[in-house]
Amino acid sequence: MTDQKKDPMIRVENLSKTFVLHVQGSARLPVFTNLSLEVAAGECVALYGPSGTGKSTLLRSLYANYKPGSGHVWVRHGNDAGEHEWVDMAGAAPHRVLEVRRRTVGYVSQFLRVIPRVPSRDIVAEPLHALGVDPETARAKAEGLLARLNIPEAMWHLAPATFSGGEQQRVNIARGFAVDYPILLLDEPTASLDAGNRAVVVALIAEAKARGAAVVGIFHDDEVREEIADRVFDLSRERAAA
Amino acid sequence: MDTTSPLLRVRNLTHAFGPVLACADVSFELYPGEVLGVVGESGSGKTTLLNCISARLAPTNGIVEYDLRTKGLTDIYALSEPERRLLLRTDWGVVTQNPRDGLRMDVSAGGNVGERLMAVGARHYATIRGEAEDWLQKVELDLGRIDDKPKHFSGGMQQRLQIARNLVTKPRLVFMDEPTGGLDVSVQARLLDLLRGLVRELRLSAIIVTHDLAVARLLADRLIVMKDGKVVETGLTDQVLDDPHHAYTQLLVSSVLQV
Repeated sequence: MTDQKKDPMIRVENLSKTFVLHVQGSARLPVFTNLSLEVAAGECVALYGPSGTGKSTLLRSLYANYKPGSGHVWVRHGNDAGEHEWVDMAGAAPHRVLEVRRRTVGYVSQFLRVIPRVPSRDIVAEPLHALGVDPETARAKAEGLLARLNIPEAMWHLAPATFSGGEQQRVNIARGFAVDYPILLLDEPTASLDAGNRAVVVALIAEAKARGAAVVGIFHDDEVREEIADRVFDLSRERAAA
Repeated sequence: MDTTSPLLRVRNLTHAFGPVLACADVSFELYPGEVLGVVGESGSGKTTLLNCISARLAPTNGIVEYDLRTKGLTDIYALSEPERRLLLRTDWGVVTQNPRDGLRMDVSAGGNVGERLMAVGARHYATIRGEAEDWLQKVELDLGRIDDKPKHFSGGMQQRLQIARNLVTKPRLVFMDEPTGGLDVSVQARLLDLLRGLVRELRLSAIIVTHDLAVARLLADRLIVMKDGKVVETGLTDQVLDDPHHAYTQLLVSSVLQV
């Protein structure tokens, strides 16, 4: 198990990203050039740097939410038979990317995208349904996470449209942790949380690392970062290099 | 889920209305269980494309192939007219923007759903009625209205009835043209929620034409962006909407009002 924990899970190779804004006079905004990064199983890497250095852009590129201009984002994608293959998120066909997202790579965005009429419990359980987990098990896992993140039971059957920012973010985190993804990408997961809930999220991340997940995150809170990150990846240096 | 062979394959599809080119050289594939959104503003050729690929408008040029259960990928315009009709009644569903085009307004709600079943050979009245009731409940229509005619229904109810009518025969592929167009936002939300659930539960493949990017984000796995009859950008829905590359897609995305 200890050996397995050191296996690389993410290999970013020579990744470059420039935004071209056609609607605004074709302005070119280079974000990073030839960036490389490797993250091992059980390791947490914190993306670091002042705002505007491309932390979120990198994180979103790892999830194939943004399309890099060049380079590769290799992720170790396993199947039920215990085999694995390396999939390039920067070049894989759309249905492959969706498959990797269902099984291997989880992403907790900064804000919950509220879906009208869908209750919190179902929002959290949805990634489990997509994996074919039976509804009872999915529901139990979702409820366990909501309870742990201090969302009162009376709110589980409500759609989170009217929840506070912090409550929505906790539903979002519960959703992100519903599946035991081998790779977790976290965009400021503790941003709008009080100390008690921040501690819960820190514990969830620590548990994910302990089961061998590779974690890449943006953590503005210094205490949180120091507590869970094994390594800091400084984007402002990458920018200087670019 | 077999994702290796496509359910539908469109190659170099072009359609012209006289001198006007509505679709130009469109190619794409749809895989089983996938929901594809076609977005673009009015007049971009979305509906013409949908009509061509759903066997309702023979394209000027190009090939539309569908994975028939018996023959595999087959050119749908090489089929005989009865074969094509059968396909539209059984394996496919078509949900039109205006329910009046997809429903029989003078036939009861139950009859509208039952009719599709009869078209595929169901004959037993109680079975047909039972299935119709099931579907009315699935689309959240009051069973007390089963004998009422859809012309007395609200727009949202008509649209839900149209969905029930199309899905009762358990199609593999559903074509939808602006399914939420012209509905109040609250009614829209209910319909979207319903569609999301049905697509997942029935493992449907679907092609949805919409000008509403929020609808596309909610329902589609993948997007095709059309402008002046041409495909200008394709990709995963969230990629296209969050990191649009083509000037036109950037304009579309940046034109959406934030609430």
